[in-house]
Amino acid sequence: MTQEHTMDKYDSKGYLDMELLRFTTAGSVDDGKSTLIGRLLYDSKSIFEDQMEAIKAISDRKGDEHVNLALLTDGLRAEREQGITIDVAYRYFATPKRKFIIADTPGHIQYTRNMVTGASTANLAIILVDARHGVIEQTKRHAYIASLLQIPHVVVCVNKMDLEGFGEKSYEKVRKDFEDFSAKLDIKDVRFVPISALLGDNVVDRSKNMDWYQGPTLMHILETVHIGSDQNHIDSRFPVQYVIRPMTTEYHDYRGYAGRVAGGIFRAGDAVSVLPSGFTSRIKSIDSMNGPIEKAFPPMSVTMTLEDDIDISRGDMIVKVNNQPEQKQEFDVMICWMGDRPMQIGGKYALKHTSRDARCIIKEVKYKLNINTLQKIEDDSNIGLNDIARITIRTTVPMFIDGYRKNRNTGSLILIDEATNNTVGAGMIV
Amino acid sequence: MESYKLTHLRELESESMYVLREVAAQFENPVLLFSGGKDSILVTHLARKAFWPAKIPFPLMHIDTGHNFAETIEFRDALVEKIGARLIVASVQESIDKGRVVEEKGVNASRNALQITPLLDAIEEHKFDCAMGGARRDEEKARAKERFFSHRDDFGQWDPKNQRPELWNIFNGKKNMGEHFRVFPISNWTEMDVWQYILLEDIEIPNLYFTHMRKCFERDGMLLAYADFMQLKDSEQVTERQVRFRTIGDLTCTGATLSNASTLEDIIDEVASTRVTERGGRSDDKRSEAAMEDRKKQGYF
Repeated sequence: MTQEHTMDKYDSKGYLDMELLRFTTAGSVDDGKSTLIGRLLYDSKSIFEDQMEAIKAISDRKGDEHVNLALLTDGLRAEREQGITIDVAYRYFATPKRKFIIADTPGHIQYTRNMVTGASTANLAIILVDARHGVIEQTKRHAYIASLLQIPHVVVCVNKMDLEGFGEKSYEKVRKDFEDFSAKLDIKDVRFVPISALLGDNVVDRSKNMDWYQGPTLMHILETVHIGSDQNHIDSRFPVQYVIRPMTTEYHDYRGYAGRVAGGIFRAGDAVSVLPSGFTSRIKSIDSMNGPIEKAFPPMSVTMTLEDDIDISRGDMIVKVNNQPEQKQEFDVMICWMGDRPMQIGGKYALKHTSRDARCIIKEVKYKLNINTLQKIEDDSNIGLNDIARITIRTTVPMFIDGYRKNRNTGSLILIDEATNNTVGAGMIV
Repeated sequence: MESYKLTHLRELESESMYVLREVAAQFENPVLLFSGGKDSILVTHLARKAFWPAKIPFPLMHIDTGHNFAETIEFRDALVEKIGARLIVASVQESIDKGRVVEEKGVNASRNALQITPLLDAIEEHKFDCAMGGARRDEEKARAKERFFSHRDDFGQWDPKNQRPELWNIFNGKKNMGEHFRVFPISNWTEMDVWQYILLEDIEIPNLYFTHMRKCFERDGMLLAYADFMQLKDSEQVTERQVRFRTIGDLTCTGATLSNASTLEDIIDEVASTRVTERGGRSDDKRSEAAMEDRKKQGYF
């Protein structure tokens, strides 16, 4: 966007040049996840006095020895009463380099459903491992979900190093065990940091207790990890979200196609095809209220106009002539089931994929996955809450799809129970 | 190599525009709740951008407590005029007159919680199936658990323990007759983001946000603006102070801050160095630890 350059004069603190990093935190019960988040917020000075006073008062009332930083993240009355986290909560903090959004997912209740939800929008996952217990079943589940959801970066924080005398041995064991397991997965970028969330070692400030560790602190990784390549900039996909027709004197014949770029780069003059009609045209302009846009790339929300009058509506997709998604009515997805009622084979569900709505029928279960062992169970087609399975679906209309590994935007879909309107399945196209 | 990076403000802008367009596409009769505060002004600005060069395809609705700052109403009417939007006003006074709600008694009486009834009545009367608001997740801990698309049952109630999972950017706005949705397009913005973006986009805001002289009095450690419908305790003295407001809500429960900030840059400096959250100045949140959660469950914004 060209206007950014003219804004430099306002930018006294570099704030207008910051990137956004979304990350998720996963850990099992009592491995210090809430303490770590509290530590990140506290050491980056994102906790305000009134918040601190409030949690101090609660800690005192409960007779806690230290101010319980975990209280910062428990938002609902039931959560505070029971001392557990029920739902995904979002936290925000910023350093001079980046703004961060944390999807804080609970460790036990509704575990898979919540972690998948938090992971679906994350650039990075923090997986917490208790140094005393090492890599356990839960760790493997976290790693698998990070891989399934294609989170581009994973940081394994080996926590509670203070309880292991800050020794290198337990850290190295976690590192080796995790690498052995993750070799079977599809995780591109894994890093390891030995920390003490309670005392702050290697979270924001470098530890004075672990000279043997020469790597960066967790905060340094969060601030510098390269996220510029996390989006697909090659395969151009523009799902039409809404058609803009002002019908005013000034814009009498204006027909703009509004949407968020889901992949690739679009410029005025590009030759495009419109799916499903297959008509071709050229991009006449890419518009915004602040003026024309030279190039549109993910995740920009823009409005396009085309040279030719073609009938285009919501759910259609504008793509480059020479690079098109697959058009299919029957395909396989990895499904994570989120409904209370089990998935019905032969059952019909509403389906949402980019801006396109359809219905689908579940044709078969290829296998169910044991996410602790990664074993494929082929003779179990009973898919209930928090199960993950590979299934085949057939849709009422052709869908314009890419594999989830190629593009998270055009490779993901949700299933909706038509009786309750609840979202019951998160699907990743194979 | 060419760079394909968005700054965080442009990424937040894009996300909000996407949400606003989803609302226009998925609902038949949505409405944008407009309080005259900076957050609803921001959502209105983003809506203009989302549908430009067309006008915003839904009306704005103001839940009027009758205890407004005069400046807010002037600003509201001028903005609506400028962007050619339709304005609906739902009045708390009317609900009181009709006997739908009973006014709180005593010196701390506030009409803030009374907004729930006229809001739900207006949603029913106009058959709105979606009400958008400027709430942000960083404002308050119950709001940190809120979805972009938040389902409400036919009593307008929120069930926080039983929310629909929200995956990727695929929003499920399906509902039964009589139910509606609350949608929060700026969920992921912080107070700092809002101010920086207002500066970046040069968005007009009411003068109340900038320093000015005003008749105030102190109550429970908060500085409140004086108006003739406010009941004063004997010990409370009205004095002229140099103040500004960090949030603008109902006059009876919005605290003023002593401040010399006269430009957006000053405000940003102030926000950057402040050590109290925005809603720390709102007495409506101080009523109990779960005050916001309880109001939200009943149908509050």
